[in-house]
Amino acid sequence: MGIALYMDWQGQKLVEQLMQTLLVSFAVVAFLIGYMLGSFQTMLLTYAGGVVFTALVTIPNWPVYNRNSLNWLDPSLAEKYPKPLSANAGSKKKSTKK
Amino acid sequence: MHSFGYRANALLTLAITILAFMCAIASFSDNFNSPIPTAEVQVLNINWFQKKPDGDDEVSLTLNISADLQSLFTWNTKQVFVFLAAEYETPKNSLNQISLWDGIIPTKEHAKFLIHTTNKYRFVDQGSNLRGKDFNLTLHWHVMPKTGKMSANKLVMTGYRLPETYR
Repeated sequence: MGIALYMDWQGQKLVEQLMQTLLVSFAVVAFLIGYMLGSFQTMLLTYAGGVVFTALVTIPNWPVYNRNSLNWLDPSLAEKYPKPLSANAGSKKKSTKK
Repeated sequence: MHSFGYRANALLTLAITILAFMCAIASFSDNFNSPIPTAEVQVLNINWFQKKPDGDDEVSLTLNISADLQSLFTWNTKQVFVFLAAEYETPKNSLNQISLWDGIIPTKEHAKFLIHTTNKYRFVDQGSNLRGKDFNLTLHWHVMPKTGKMSANKLVMTGYRLPETYR
């Protein structure tokens, strides 16, 4: 199967939460380290490392994010059930009633 | 968040927005620093003092400038620009400022210094007002932070007087 091109819904939700949590945590940690050591550069490097790590975790479509794939009905199965009325037909009926 | 490009875009946008916040907080943290800089300037010698052919007074000084500006430096300070100005009043202008010496301090380690120098820039008056003139030597500094607003302050040293006669 390989890596899917698109992530499933649950995966997208998870990846967004992960991205926000990781980035904010790294920012807080980087700021505290930089402030404690009195080094602006250390803060920037720590945060940059955190951003790269977050990118590796969230940008590629890892299999973890594809555990809840959508199961579409097979076309042959769909044939067995009556088709819903088309929107066009519904409006015609309403207009004739009036 | 469904495709590679959307996730990359979301990550970059959020990362840079957070970075801007971090810089803002870093700039704000400078408020917790209350600097207590000290400076002292001695005029060791009046090398020469004369009236130029165009009528303006010019004087050459030998100075001893000692200062401790280490407390100006915080983790968010890139560099500090300092200059020493002679300030005095004349009938025409209530404030004359003449920069005599300047320097750029790149790190906290260089912020405590003692410099023995003649005036780096010429001390020329616009006119002939310098004989017997009382003047102040003011050490001005401009703090350039890594992020945030530049700030400036000064330390005024009074009680200097030029001789009554040319020499």
